[in-house]
Amino acid sequence: MACALFLLLALASSRFAGADEAGYASWRARGFEIPEPLGGRKGDPARGRAIASDGARGNCLACHRLPLEGLEAQGDLGPPLAGIGARQTVGMLRLHVVDQSRFNPDTVMPGFHRRPERLHRVGKPWRGRPFLTAQQIEDVVAWLATLK
Amino acid sequence: MMRWRFIPLTLLGIALTAGAAGVRSGYEYLLPETRALQDDDFGNPGLAMVDEGRALFQRAGANGKACADCHGTGGERLDVHAIARYPVFDQERKRPITLRERIRLCRSEKQAGPALSYAGRKALALETFVRHLARGQPVAVEIGGPMAAHYEAGRKLFHTRWGQVDIACHQCHDNHAGQHFRGQTLTQGQTNGLPAYRLATGEVAGAHERFRQCMHKLRAEPFAIGSPEFIDLEVYANARGNGLPIETPGVRY
Ligand code: HEC
Ligand code: HEC
Ligand code: HEC
Repeated sequence: MACALFLLLALASSRFAGADEAGYASWRARGFEIPEPLGGRKGDPARGRAIASDGARGNCLACHRLPLEGLEAQGDLGPPLAGIGARQTVGMLRLHVVDQSRFNPDTVMPGFHRRPERLHRVGKPWRGRPFLTAQQIEDVVAWLATLK
Repeated sequence: MMRWRFIPLTLLGIALTAGAAGVRSGYEYLLPETRALQDDDFGNPGLAMVDEGRALFQRAGANGKACADCHGTGGERLDVHAIARYPVFDQERKRPITLRERIRLCRSEKQAGPALSYAGRKALALETFVRHLARGQPVAVEIGGPMAAHYEAGRKLFHTRWGQVDIACHQCHDNHAGQHFRGQTLTQGQTNGLPAYRLATGEVAGAHERFRQCMHKLRAEPFAIGSPEFIDLEVYANARGNGLPIETPGVRY
């Protein structure tokens, strides 16, 4: 019993390592970069690609053309993301995805990892959570970095 | 280098805002075939709601009186210029009254009920019918005097970031009109076509229904239909489109 509890705790803490239960990890920008991975996580580019092209998760395709085959209904509110990994450091990419308003206060791009208490009237199912968890942010950033 | 990145983006924002300075109806962003559908006085699918509203208009209320008894069989004794001015400030009640609320007040005070729910289909149908009478009239909401505070409150709501998605109405509808969100052309979010038939849902939506749909997209907890917040937002949204012709029933995606 104690053993099971320990196992459960260990599992939970690995799942949420460096982030709270809703997947939020506090972060600090240095200039226009967040140099450190959120919660010390390692991103997976394949998962990141899936998140970016999924309307219910990253939904990046709603506003950006992504350099991927077979995607329909892409948007053009923001610039195409092809080649972005060659133009920007990983730290800058991270800040773009975490909180684009640091670059442009009037941006239409959602802050994907802003502190949840700073959001207004979030609907019940989403309350207390960032749009993307620390792990998802790192996955997306890892994918963007491959776009060279 | 970082500074440099920042400046061009800001300039871009300004350029886009300036580009949208002219007030444009959602109609202007429609595909030609959708415009043709809206313009077709037999084919416009929103006209079914107008007919539904007309039937209610001619039906007697609890005191035996129909709207038509006081306002004419087809509503011809209603002043179309007045309809285009809604929401208006009601001196007695000391609050802005939307067109739908005006209709609800007539129902409870001049027909002795039964009361119409603000969010109900009957109120929506009557509003669609009455606003259709003013088709072609330029929207003319008065925002001076006691309306100023409500206009300002609505303006603030329009500029607040909502929900987990954390975007404000104005960021889509002022800064990015004409661009594509998920393959859909963004418009200025004007209200002159409302209540409008939505091809995407097959339903007619008025201003508050539409506000709720956009807030849902932002993963926000929408205000209630008929709430003081949505009434202020309607004051701002309608006044923002002052001069645009009423198109009710518009056809939109
Ligand atoms: C609602 C629209 C919207 C969504 C959704 C969105 N973006 Fe953006 N994004 C923009 C806009 C607009 C810009 C241009 C800069 C600005 O106006 O802030 C931008 C800029 C960027 C930039 C900087 C590009 C450059 O050349 O400097 C990156 C990187 C980026 N977005 C990545 C993403 C990723 C990754 C996602 C999904 C997780 C995403 N965006 C989702 C609208 C959006
Ligand atoms: C017994 C007569 C009577 C009935 C029945 C009646 N109204 Fe009215 N209505 C009025 C009067 C009088 C006004 C002028 C405002 C006032 O005095 O409250 C008015 C105002 C209005 C206005 C605003 C016009 C303006 O110039 O601002 C609308 C719209 C309206 N009524 C619609 C309706 C509808 C729809 C119904 C049925 C649900 C209805 N009315 C039933 C008498 C009536
Ligand atoms: C992510 C972008 C986005 C945001 C933010 C947004 N909307 Fe919309 N809105 C849309 C889209 C897409 C449509 C359908 C196409 C169009 O008319 O722009 C729409 C349609 C509308 C319409 C109908 C326009 C017509 O011609 O019938 C209104 C009114 C409206 N929005 C109001 C609002 C209000 C009020 C808010 C803030 C609570 C808001 N929107 C926030 C994307 C957005």
